[in-house]
Order: sequence, then structure tokens, then C-alpha cells
Amino acid sequence: MKKTLTALAAAATLAATSFSVPAYAEGERYVLVSHAPDSDSWWNTIKNGIDLAGEQLGVTVEYRNPPTGDLADMARIIEQAAASKPNGIITTLADFDVLRGPIEDAVAQGINVIIMNSGTPEQAREVGALMYVGQPEYDAGFAAGLRAKGDGVSSFLCVNHFISSPASTDRCQGFADGLGVELGSQMIDSGQDPSEIKNKVLAYLSANPDTDAVLTLGPTSADPTIKALEENGLAGDIYFGTFDLGSDIVEAIKSGVIQWGIDQQPFLQAYLPVVVLTNLDRFGVLPGNNINSGPGFVTNDGLALVEQFAGEFR
Amino acid sequence: MSETAEANETPPVEDERIKEMAGFRKAMIRPELGAICGTILVFVFFFLTARDSGMFGPAGILNWSVVSAQFAIIAVGACLLMIAGEFDLSVGSMIGFAGIVIALLSVSLGWPVWASIIAAFVICTGLGAVNGWLVIKTGLPSFIVTLATLFILRGLTIFAAIATTRKTIIGGVRDAAEGDWLAPIFAGKIFKGFFQWMGDHGWIETFSRGTREGMPVVEGVPMLIVWAIILVVFAHILLTKTRFGNWIFASGGDAQAARYAGVPVNKTKILMFMFTAFCATLFATLQVMEFGSAGADRGLLKEFEAIISVVIGGALLTGGYGSVVGAALGALVFGVVQQGLFFAGVESSLFRVFLGIILLLAVILNTYIRRMITGER
Repeated sequence: MKKTLTALAAAATLAATSFSVPAYAEGERYVLVSHAPDSDSWWNTIKNGIDLAGEQLGVTVEYRNPPTGDLADMARIIEQAAASKPNGIITTLADFDVLRGPIEDAVAQGINVIIMNSGTPEQAREVGALMYVGQPEYDAGFAAGLRAKGDGVSSFLCVNHFISSPASTDRCQGFADGLGVELGSQMIDSGQDPSEIKNKVLAYLSANPDTDAVLTLGPTSADPTIKALEENGLAGDIYFGTFDLGSDIVEAIKSGVIQWGIDQQPFLQAYLPVVVLTNLDRFGVLPGNNINSGPGFVTNDGLALVEQFAGEFR
Repeated sequence: MSETAEANETPPVEDERIKEMAGFRKAMIRPELGAICGTILVFVFFFLTARDSGMFGPAGILNWSVVSAQFAIIAVGACLLMIAGEFDLSVGSMIGFAGIVIALLSVSLGWPVWASIIAAFVICTGLGAVNGWLVIKTGLPSFIVTLATLFILRGLTIFAAIATTRKTIIGGVRDAAEGDWLAPIFAGKIFKGFFQWMGDHGWIETFSRGTREGMPVVEGVPMLIVWAIILVVFAHILLTKTRFGNWIFASGGDAQAARYAGVPVNKTKILMFMFTAFCATLFATLQVMEFGSAGADRGLLKEFEAIISVVIGGALLTGGYGSVVGAALGALVFGVVQQGLFFAGVESSLFRVFLGIILLLAVILNTYIRRMITGER
């Protein structure tokens, strides 16, 4: 009995000591600068993400944004953040020309910078940031392509509603490469008009009846495509994946028309940089690569959590 | 003004139109008194709450000075126009428009940058004249006319950018401005040697890593601040030391009475609209040259920031009363508060709450001071 007690006491002491080893100084301060105006609700998820990370790690994370979304104002905010000497800055790279100067200055002042959400891994490297946390569009498309290939897809239609944006084309190209097929004419320029998109999808599918799958790039192209598939009777029959989430998309996932939606998971874009910076400041450890916050696949199984935390953490 | 000076030179006869005032009271009671008090108050407040946040370090001072200088540039224009009795709500749209004009001409059409800048100034002051002409000819409130211009210019800016380049942000101005003779006047920094010298002596911080290691964190005084100072001094002299300055006051105070007295009210007002447009274009040029890109959404809500600065500075919304120094101090208060709240670590969504409170306090204080000056009840 006495032995057990001593053992217990020893264990307790051990536990107590291991709990009470603050080998690091708590209370680091980080600043997250976004390009979004006050009214943009998408960024609420980001705010919740940094609040949670700050709470769990015992650090302060401040959220700052230009109230009107003016990127020139954002440059001033980054300069201001650097002047206030935080331990690190997390920022989006919405306009490389405008923001590179202030970010490079911050880096040169010895402040660790992580780029999140907007920008590319290459641009992040160029301004001297530690890493990029976001969803590289090609990789997201590639991962989706691999997943579809596993589900037996060998041909597809990519409904590109924003063909002038390189990121959109990257998504389609990545998907084709993931499947291991040529993109070729499987990507259509659908335009932005809902009825036009719907008719183009209908026309393509009747001209190419062997098409296994449809990929849409967001609510703009997904919503009319759902209508088109309902009209030609392929809804639920053809393999259907989409980027980004929206209320119609969530409904379609629930009813089985859409197999999966790709979420870029903004929560991770806010939460992970804080974790990375804190651990770098406390222990000097740093992951060796950029972090892909997406693609996170939302399927019928995970939908309950998406609906529960929509607008909060999802 | 010169006539009054002559009148004063014949001392014995006292002019019964000029009221005698005690020296101290005369020195104290002026339109910008409220703004002076506000400035002191704001600095004391932030010195107490954000002293060790880097706000009063070199980089911090540069940060809020630049922001204040930006406000000052548009506030000076808005101030003179407001004293002349009119408003310009198209300032923000004009900033976006001027920026896109410069970027389109220089990057997309390959014009030399100096020509693009001059073209932007000509076009925009021309548009300012159109604003003024419409107000004078139609007799409509300038509030409505310039509100229309606000929408027209913003729409045109977005359309022009997308129609020509398929983008709303046009970059590459920095490369185009390489070696241009006019661009450094808007983008450079002065006193670089002095700051380097201070950095070498360890009086101000230097960059600790990267290619710019050893260079001071504050490289020099940006031209933005120089322009703001030039503009404030120019406008102050224009308003208080020249006959034209008296015309501005008269046009805003009572336009009809001024007309009877032979003041060219229409000309004065149109010129003030052009001056406001000039200030907006200057703001845009400085911004485009500094950042190297123009965006169709730049300058959103800047017209209100200009008006707020002017009102904090003690000008009367109905015209005929105000001061450029007050407007400049108003811009300083605005800039320091906006950036200072970040330094103090206040939740950024509360910024507007503070802004509203300061505006309200400033207007109440200014009204009280104005009653003391004019004796109105």
C-alpha cells in the first residue's frame, strides 16, 4: 500500500512538474491582416479561427482589415502592424504590387510573416514569407482528379465560368492530370449567365453522351448545372463534383446529386499560421513546406458538421 | 485685404467696423482652436495607452504621419470648397478614376509616365470644372450633382479597366516609371542621407536581416508628406493673405451679397471644384506611384474622410467659415486615431465607433467656439 502511495506520489509529482514546465514565455502577439472589407461575412470564420488558436495557445492574435477593402489602406495597416513590433504577421497577398513593399519591410525588420488565402506559394517565397497557407488551385484539382479516378471516372466536363482567371483553368487542368487524361475540349467557357451555363451544359452532355463526370468551379456554375442535370435526367446518375460550397450545393450533396464539394477550409488558413508561428517562437520548429488548407472534401457523411458550424468554423 | 492694410496705416481714426478684442482672447479664439485641443487630447490619450507599442518609434511615427498626410491632401481641397459653400462627394471616385487613367495610359497604351500623369491632372481638373459648372448653371445643390458624379466616375473607372485589360487592378506602373523625370516627384523620399546617418549612429532602428540589412527602418520622408505640407501652406496663404481668399469666404458666406459687392462668385466656386479635383488627382498619383498599381476600387469613401477632417478642423458645413490649418489638424487627428487604435490593440470593428464619437465631440466643441467668435446665439 505504502509502495503504491509512493509510486502515486512520484507519478503525481512527475505529472505536476511536467505540467508546470513553462519552458517558453507565453503571451506572444500576432497580427492577422486581411484584405476583406468589414461587411464580408466569409472572414468571420477566420476571426473565429484565430480567436480559438489564441485561446488554446495562450497568445494574442489581432485581426485587422481595411474597413472599405481598399488595398492601399491595407498596405498602411501592414506597415502599422510591423511598427507595433508583433512576434509575427499573418497576411493575405491580395495584390502583389501594392503589398510586397510593406511585407518585405516587415520581414527585414525581423518579423516572421506567413501568407494565407490569397497569393501563390511563389509570391510568398518572393516576399520572404515563411510559408503559404491556402489552397493551391492546381493541387486541389489534382487531388479531386485522383479521387474521381478512384471512383472509376475516365472522362469529364469542366464548367469554367471564369475562364479569364488562371486559377480557374488550373483547377480544370489539375483535375484532368489527376484523372490522367488530356484536358482538351473537356473544359468549356460557360460565361456567367445562369441560363447560358445551363444550356451549354445540356448541349455538351447531349453531344458527348459518354461523359462520366461533371466538375464545376463554384456556386456560379454549379447551381445552373444542377438545374441542367435535373432537366436531362442525369441528376444523381452522372458523377458530379464542385469547388466551393453554397446553399444549393449543400442541398445537392444531401440529395445525392453532387458527390463532393471542395472546401478550401478558411478555418485552417487562420488557425494553422498561429500554431506554426507560436511553435516557431517557442521551440524554433517550423514545418518544411507550404500548408494546403484545402481541398477538404465535403460529402454527405460530413454534411452534419458543415451545417452545424456553417459561418462559424466552416 | 490690401485695402484694409492701407486703412490701418492711418492710425488715429479708428475704424468703427472693426471690433476691438483683447489680445489673449483674439489669439485663442480661432476656428482651429477645437482642432488644436483635439490634437493635444488625442496625442495625450495615445501616449498614455499605446506608449510602448512602437507608436512613437520612428516607424510608428512615419506610419501615422503618412496616413494623416493622405487625409490632409484631400482635406485641403475639401476645406476650401466647403468654405466656398459647396461639397464634393466625388473625391473618392475621382481618386480611383485618376489612378486608372494614369495606369491605362502608361501601362496599357505605353505613354510615357510623365505624360500620363499630366493627362490625368488635365482630365480630372476638367471634370472638376464640369462639376462646378453644373452646380452653378443648374442651381442644384452640389451635394446632388457630385453624388451623381460619384456614381458616374466609379462606374466608368471599373468599365474602362475591365474593357481594356479584363482586370480591375492594373499593375506594372512601377516598371513603366523607371527612369521617368516626373515620377520621382511623387514617389521618392527626401533626407535619405540624414536618416541613414541617424541609423548608423543607432538613433533609429535598422533592418536586421535581408538585402537591406543595416539600412534604417525609416528611409526618408516620403514625398506624400512633403506634398501635404506644401498644399497646406499654399492653401493657408491663399485663404488668409490674398484677395482671392476673401472671395472664397464671401462666396460661401452669402453668395448673393458677395455678388452685389462685385465678387466673381461663380468663377471662385468653379475654381474651388477644380482645386478639389486637383487634390484628389494628386492623392491618386502619389498612391499609384508609391504602390505601382492602380485599382478601380481605390478611394472608396475618401470623400467622407476628407469632409470629416474638415469638420473636425472647425469648418462650417454651410460655408463661409473655416480654416486650412484646422483641416490639416483634423486630418492629423483622424490619422492618429485610425492608426493609433491599431497600436492600442483595440478591436478594429470599434474604429467607426471612436470615429463617430470624435466627430460628434469635435462638432459640439467647434459650435461652441464659433458662437464665441461670431457672437451668434
